[in-house]
Amino acid sequence: MLIGTAKHSYRADEALLTTSPQRLWMAILLIALALAPLALDNYWLYLACLVSINVASATGLNILTGFTGLVSIGQAAFMAVGAYTVAVLEARTGLPFLVNLVVGGAVAACVGLVVGLPSLRVKGLYLAIATIAASFILHFVFVNWQSVTNGNSGINVTPASLFGVELTDYVHLYYVFVPITALMVLGAANLFRTRIGRAFIAIRDRDISAEVLGISLLRYKLLSFAVSSFYAGVAGGMWAYFFRVVTPESFPFIYSIFFLAAIIVGGMGTILGGVVGAVFMTLVPELLRFAVEWLTTIFPNAVTALSPIRTIVFGALIIGFLIAEPKGLAEIIQRIRRFFHLWPFRK
Amino acid sequence: MSAPVSLKPHRGAATQAEAARKGAPSGAAASLEVEGVSLSFGGVKALRDVSFSVAPGSITALIGPNGAGKTSMFNCISGFYKPQQGTIRYNGEDITRMHPPHRARIGFARTFQNIALFRGMTVLDNIKLGRHAHLKTNILDAFAYWGRAAREEMELRRDVEERIIDFLEINHIRNMPVAALSYGLQKRVELARALAMHPRILLLDEPVAGMNREETEDMARFILDVKEEWGTTILMVEHDMGMVMDISDHVVVLNFGEVIASGLPHEVQGNAQVAEAYLGAGEPAAIKEKIHKRASVA
Ligand SMILES: Nc1ncnc2c1ncn2[C@@H]1O[C@H](COP(=O)(O)OP(=O)(O)OP(=O)(O)O)[C@@H](O)[C@H]1O
Ligand SMILES: [Mg+2]
Repeated sequence: MLIGTAKHSYRADEALLTTSPQRLWMAILLIALALAPLALDNYWLYLACLVSINVASATGLNILTGFTGLVSIGQAAFMAVGAYTVAVLEARTGLPFLVNLVVGGAVAACVGLVVGLPSLRVKGLYLAIATIAASFILHFVFVNWQSVTNGNSGINVTPASLFGVELTDYVHLYYVFVPITALMVLGAANLFRTRIGRAFIAIRDRDISAEVLGISLLRYKLLSFAVSSFYAGVAGGMWAYFFRVVTPESFPFIYSIFFLAAIIVGGMGTILGGVVGAVFMTLVPELLRFAVEWLTTIFPNAVTALSPIRTIVFGALIIGFLIAEPKGLAEIIQRIRRFFHLWPFRK
Repeated sequence: MSAPVSLKPHRGAATQAEAARKGAPSGAAASLEVEGVSLSFGGVKALRDVSFSVAPGSITALIGPNGAGKTSMFNCISGFYKPQQGTIRYNGEDITRMHPPHRARIGFARTFQNIALFRGMTVLDNIKLGRHAHLKTNILDAFAYWGRAAREEMELRRDVEERIIDFLEINHIRNMPVAALSYGLQKRVELARALAMHPRILLLDEPVAGMNREETEDMARFILDVKEEWGTTILMVEHDMGMVMDISDHVVVLNFGEVIASGLPHEVQGNAQVAEAYLGAGEPAAIKEKIHKRASVA
């Protein structure tokens, strides 16, 4: 039995944040997120919104690939489904934008269920190929289903509005997107405190013994696809409200790889991993761009050489971090945390 | 050796009532009948017309030399292999073609010859997984971790702590990843996970293989306690003759996929055919001697 019999000791032990430093850091992070727009200029707010969208989608992919072990290279296609759903609903119905986002997620989840069917038979690279194939089929649909998607010219999206305010400024969008993403990340963290999350991990680690424990592979593999696609769909919906035009080229195949890279770099199978991976993949190229701009003011002659170097440095950084810690950035953060242990509460 | 572990009766009773309310197996003993089961892999006949039965609340040992078909029999009983012929009945119901997850829900639990724990997870999470089929949390509850999900997880935690972890004396390792544990402890955690399923019938594939003397004795005591205090029916495959003779009520001997003997432990021990299967033909008295030696060495 754990420290006494009081029921609340189990409750404390099962909490998401178990130590005071963890709670303190989380509080600091939340306050920083709430106050950030005061300090950020428009460009950085734009980036913050983009990070928020990418974090939501990467967290979804992490549930599927990191936690359930089903490799998917179709996350961007599911985002596209959400984005198109939102665009169509916005154009043809008067539904509130939060409802549109949820419906976008739900439609993407249904598509995810269908795309997930091969996972009952094939794994690993074979499944990855199946999701690629599904991406191309969806792309074909977006281009050719003229009456709904308006083909190659795509659909313009009117701004979302909340309580009568049109969300056109990045500040407004920031204050809507960041809480939505935070709730999604919290939901994912909660998921892995329950039987459903444990079942996902069990399937990833050893599907035969999962079955003996009464876990239906059929149900949980499909559920994982649905949840992951729901996340992608909502993220895609936010994307639609953010860029305000959705075309078949809005969600290129490389964007799916971006998400796969994000969870690998961040750390597969940890909630923190999906978050830091998406932040890293979105912001580092921008930071490098600033570095290059700054360098060109010092070495004006090196402009042509510096810009490709930026891409190379980005690639090298990814490889470097992966060599330093194959489990991803989340593990590096954990190591730093262990190093400081209970700081600042340590005496 | 160590003091017998006792389940506090009032708590056990409460949990059983609760399990009954939820429609989960109550831990009441179950019977199993295997009838004329045959299974072959291409040319290899792993099982030929195997029949035996397991009485409710008993410990039945399935023994036999390497490759005799014991694990194959287990895989048929837990639903991984579909026998080409024969039926397997559970409390009189034909379950030969039932899917493994369904079997878990009606009261089957098993451990594996080569430990099948989730190595990256902690001991606690592994054990909690055993309870999966009896929990109700749905996806929306799970996201919110509110109301039902939180309540259910708390109940689960208490049940696992008080009925399983205390019982199997694994308090000190509950938060360790399984991969960091010794072989003997891993076997114990696998038993814990199976017990978390509140099984009515427990299949143990070589529960003490690779264990030292002390670990073997502990495990034997746990298995006996499970039978006596929980009333669970147990079917086990085991090579350790000492343990088989000590704790089983009934022994079934397989050789080349066929049942060559069955009966009380001492009857089987004295059976010349069994001795031959294990040690090759020879003078019966000498063979008996050898078996005794084996039993005391193991
Ligand atoms: N999946 C399989 N495919 C092909 N042959 C198999 C398979 N499983 C078992 N066999 C064969 O069936 C026979 C019985 O094997 P089984 O594993 O049931 O024996 P066992 O009694 O459990 O042996 P041990 O004591 O070594 O664990 C062996 O000849 C084995 O090679
Ligand atoms: Mg075997």
